[in-house]
Amino acid sequence: MLKTLMAQIKEFKLPSIITPICMIGEVICEMVIPVLMAGIVDKGIYGGDMGYIFRVGGMMVVIAVFGLFAGLGGAYFGSKASTGFARNLRKAMFDNIQTFSFSNIDKFSTSGLVTRLTTDVTNIQNAYMMILRMAMRAPSSMIVAMIMSFIISPRLASIYFVAVIFLGIIIGFVMNRATKYFKEVFEKYDLLNESVQENVSAIRVVKAYVREDYENDKFRKAATNIYNMFVKAEMNIVYMSPVMTGTVYACILLISWFGAHMIVAGDLSTGNLMSLLTYCMNILMSLMMLAMIFVMITMASASGKRIAEVIEEKADLVNKENPVMSVPDGSISFDHVNFAYNRTSDEPVLKDINLDIKSGETIGIIGGTGSAKSSLVNLISRLYDVTDGSVRVGGVDVRDYDMQILRDQVSVVLQKNVLFSGTILENLRWGDPNATDEECRRACKMACADEFIERMPDGYDTFIEQGGSNVSGGQRQRLCIARALLKKPRILILDDSTSAVDTATDARIRRAFAEEIPGTTKLIIAQRISSVQDCDRIIVMDDGQISGFDTHEQLIKNNVVYREVYESQTGGANADFDKPQ
Amino acid sequence: MAEAKVIQGGPGTRGQRRGMPRPKVENPIGILKRIMGYVFKYYSLHMVVVVICIFLTVFSSVQGTLFTRTLIDSYIQPMVESGSADYGPLLAAIMRVALFYLLGVAATFVQQKVMIYLGQGTLKRLREDMFEHMESLPIRYFDTHAHGDIMSMYTNDIDTLRQMISQSVPQMLSSAITIVSVLASMIVLSIPLTVLTLVMVAVMLFCSAQATRMSGKNFVAQQKNLGDLNGYIEEMMTGQKVVKVFNHEQLAVEKFDKLNEELCQSAFKANAYSGALGPINSQLGNTSYVICAMIGGAIALSGSVGTGFTVGALASFLTFNKSFSMPINQVSMQFNSIIMALAGADRIFRLLDEKPETDEGYVMLVDSEKKDGEIVEADHHTGHWAWKHYHKASDTTTYQPMEGDVTFNGVDFGYTDEKMVLHDIVLHAKPGQKIAFVGSTGAGKTTITNLINRFYDIQDGKIRYDNININKIKKKDLRRSLGIVLQDTHLFTGTVKDNIRYGKLDATDEEIIAAAKLANAHSFIKRLPEGYDTMLTGDGGNLSQGQRQLLAIARAAIADPPVLILDEATSSIDTRTERIVQDGMDKLMSGRTTFVIAHRLSTVRNSDCIIVLEQGRIIEQGTHDELIARKQKYYQLYTGMQSETA
Repeated sequence: MLKTLMAQIKEFKLPSIITPICMIGEVICEMVIPVLMAGIVDKGIYGGDMGYIFRVGGMMVVIAVFGLFAGLGGAYFGSKASTGFARNLRKAMFDNIQTFSFSNIDKFSTSGLVTRLTTDVTNIQNAYMMILRMAMRAPSSMIVAMIMSFIISPRLASIYFVAVIFLGIIIGFVMNRATKYFKEVFEKYDLLNESVQENVSAIRVVKAYVREDYENDKFRKAATNIYNMFVKAEMNIVYMSPVMTGTVYACILLISWFGAHMIVAGDLSTGNLMSLLTYCMNILMSLMMLAMIFVMITMASASGKRIAEVIEEKADLVNKENPVMSVPDGSISFDHVNFAYNRTSDEPVLKDINLDIKSGETIGIIGGTGSAKSSLVNLISRLYDVTDGSVRVGGVDVRDYDMQILRDQVSVVLQKNVLFSGTILENLRWGDPNATDEECRRACKMACADEFIERMPDGYDTFIEQGGSNVSGGQRQRLCIARALLKKPRILILDDSTSAVDTATDARIRRAFAEEIPGTTKLIIAQRISSVQDCDRIIVMDDGQISGFDTHEQLIKNNVVYREVYESQTGGANADFDKPQ
Repeated sequence: MAEAKVIQGGPGTRGQRRGMPRPKVENPIGILKRIMGYVFKYYSLHMVVVVICIFLTVFSSVQGTLFTRTLIDSYIQPMVESGSADYGPLLAAIMRVALFYLLGVAATFVQQKVMIYLGQGTLKRLREDMFEHMESLPIRYFDTHAHGDIMSMYTNDIDTLRQMISQSVPQMLSSAITIVSVLASMIVLSIPLTVLTLVMVAVMLFCSAQATRMSGKNFVAQQKNLGDLNGYIEEMMTGQKVVKVFNHEQLAVEKFDKLNEELCQSAFKANAYSGALGPINSQLGNTSYVICAMIGGAIALSGSVGTGFTVGALASFLTFNKSFSMPINQVSMQFNSIIMALAGADRIFRLLDEKPETDEGYVMLVDSEKKDGEIVEADHHTGHWAWKHYHKASDTTTYQPMEGDVTFNGVDFGYTDEKMVLHDIVLHAKPGQKIAFVGSTGAGKTTITNLINRFYDIQDGKIRYDNININKIKKKDLRRSLGIVLQDTHLFTGTVKDNIRYGKLDATDEEIIAAAKLANAHSFIKRLPEGYDTMLTGDGGNLSQGQRQLLAIARAAIADPPVLILDEATSSIDTRTERIVQDGMDKLMSGRTTFVIAHRLSTVRNSDCIIVLEQGRIIEQGTHDELIARKQKYYQLYTGMQSETA
């Protein structure tokens, strides 16, 4: 994981090295200043040497300026390195996600990927900056202060040594306990917020059943529970601050006591005593800082792991060497195809599928939920690879094609289709970036989308909100069809893409297909018999197998599954009143 | 729900989503006061203890700092000069300081401990108040506020507020006390050096203000860029499969790179400026230290007789000088986070200030029974309900049986006063009748049903329920008498049983099973791994769409309401499941007044009255046969569909 992440530092190696150097420079300045101060007090003031004071004072100002630049350099290069690193991490993830196949995408949830790309990267960015700036600073500050103290007086410095060990043990112990508690609390905290989320989205149900009081009670109980857990967790770290100050105070008193003896005995100057007292804070603060860095790294490592997972994920569909670069025609054949989403699972989704579809045919596909209709068509544009057997388009195994060429020629309108924020034209041009306005308009006409687009105030320049939330379901489906048509594919696949379009319009779209793009092979998945009954042939899917592949008339006669669906729908149960024109 | 979604997508709401720069806090002092008022309301004693402890802590640390002077001036110097070795007085002094220190440590401990109760307790109350208030808000609030924004108050804003209450505020308090007491001590030691120190502090403050301003500006930019990138990522991840299908990867990466680079730039600047704050302040502090040492040294050397400014006093002063810059440094570091917290608090208070649903109704729904031909109130569940009507004028109470008769009389409604979406709606549903609404998306079907249970209040006209104006009925009783099955099924985290019981909290297990059987849900529930005790999480994500609908029907069935509002689902569930759901709905509808937003011919055909809506107006109304005979819009719809289907 560390290697994967580190590889993304790339051009920010130099700032990553400069930053700690700057920080060490700053630390040295901070350490030297108390020594010079001691000199001023001892030699300057007690020696009555004003010249010395100004000489050394001047030197100190110079050092402070040097320290300032070192500090600013640390801030500058530290930010450069950490934000740059974060940028590279995001890019590495995003780029890799773009190479993902459908099965890779299925593995990660959408919200999971978003979190990895944002929150997790921010965590790493902060931790990296902390490491660059503090991980060197804190120990070096501690070591330098320790050495300085030993130079001044090994006997007094040993007090610090003992204090550091004492505090180190306590901090380690408390942190260890607290992280466990806090992890638990934050998990519960997430649950609490999930229940708020639930209430926000289901507010109509809550209000309709007059369950406000009930929900309030439930929430109050959960909130109290969280409160108790938080208090318990925080009680674990409540000792930290007093122990810390207590130790500092104890050190000061001990140094004062023994220091006084040494001064009286002539072994120590008053200036040196002051320096020692300054170092006291330095040493113990650095220790605290180290503990914080440690916690931060622990927290960031979880994020790092999640990021590395995405970067390391290998796309499981790749182009063959010397792929076929053109699709000769729109014929499709399935040859003893078995398919399972998970290669290790024993229950295949598609079982021994054999099909031959001629170029230019219009094929309907019908079947219940879970009968693997979508799985079947997804194999044609190689969104997934078959487990056994082969799928051929234009007589060539789909795995032999260049994927981009294949997908340009096999245009799929997915069941879960989305539009992107941008104008209607921009969305349409996903199909063909070079399409003229006229071509776009023609595609929309075929998809029966022109009528509502022209009614919109900005027509084809109407801005589509994210996810297409400002057009209705039926309108969205028609735009998606138009977008797919602009590819001018050899094979067009509609995966339940007119479910929200009323039957009359649905029929008009199919008629347009027959007239305008007769040469294109068309596969239409639908729930409604009316959407497929005019097709040249209809595939009836049942539980991953083809139960029938014939014309409407023949199927009615010979296919039980088909007849059952047909009867249930023409019994008048399924016509749609929702979106009449 | 379609209508509600349209409003959500309307102007003015989406723009406020995450990603926009945080609004400037208009009245920071007012908000701070309100937060502190909140804290004091429940935790005034705690707060007093905390303040006392902070005082003690600062006092003990100042005593300690002063000790450096005493140590050198009063003990070490005289001993060095006299050559005596009597450590008695020094030991006593050290013991005395040790006591102060002990006090300080104890105070820190107490303060930290009390702070936990205070901080977490305040948040708990705030969270509860927010939730309770949120539950009381009208539906309109949820239409006009993005759910993500509401959620972010419970997570981000509460968290920043917690940091402010438990860290920033005590920190500021202790800094302020330190500054004042150190300043006083410095003045006692040397006025000229104090002035000098203050000048340096002014320079420090000026520099901090500049750095804070720059980093603040860039933090806002960073938030905005982060929001943009976040939105883009979300969009692309949701549409990742479409990206693949359209070979759009390259373009997706290009736009991502641009947004990513922008974020990197603003994040870099924000961090660089805020990182510069520390070194600038600490080196200015060092410079201040040096200058004081030089000038103080000169004073101590030249005028030690006249001013009484000793070497020990200088040593102490220099320590004070350092402890003076430290709190100022801390305050400036806290500044950004306090502004952020106040902005969050502002949003939270805005939620709390939002007007809750009002309820001026007084007619109540009660269990009733007949005694000597008179309807009287019953103290147990009788299965019969009556409206309890209290007449103020005559101080009498009358009871009227609840029947489920609903009339609309010239009802006009708009989500905003400017734009009406329903015009002059007139309809009458007699008890037990089934009323079907048909019409295109946006015609106003869902809106009408939302008026019956007063999710929204009408602008004009009257809606009567058993001849009582629904405004006079207590909202909770009105809604109790109406069962609703929405098109989008929402379930809650909990067991299957809990979810059905939502309709009637005191339902027995037998009643639950009976309701599930009525809704055709029993057979699938039995097959779940834990049956009725199966946990549902994430809005019932582990169930299919059809199964979720069946549970929603069971939930409505157990409530056994006299009037029902059904929104038939249009989503493509397969024919078999659809038939089961349909059958469940039919059973639920029998014997109740039902308003159904219909998508199926069978539902429509079997209705007592069909209402055809277009653009918020009723254009036709009547039974199936009547409307067919009229050969107008409904006829067109119906025959159009028949020819397609047959």
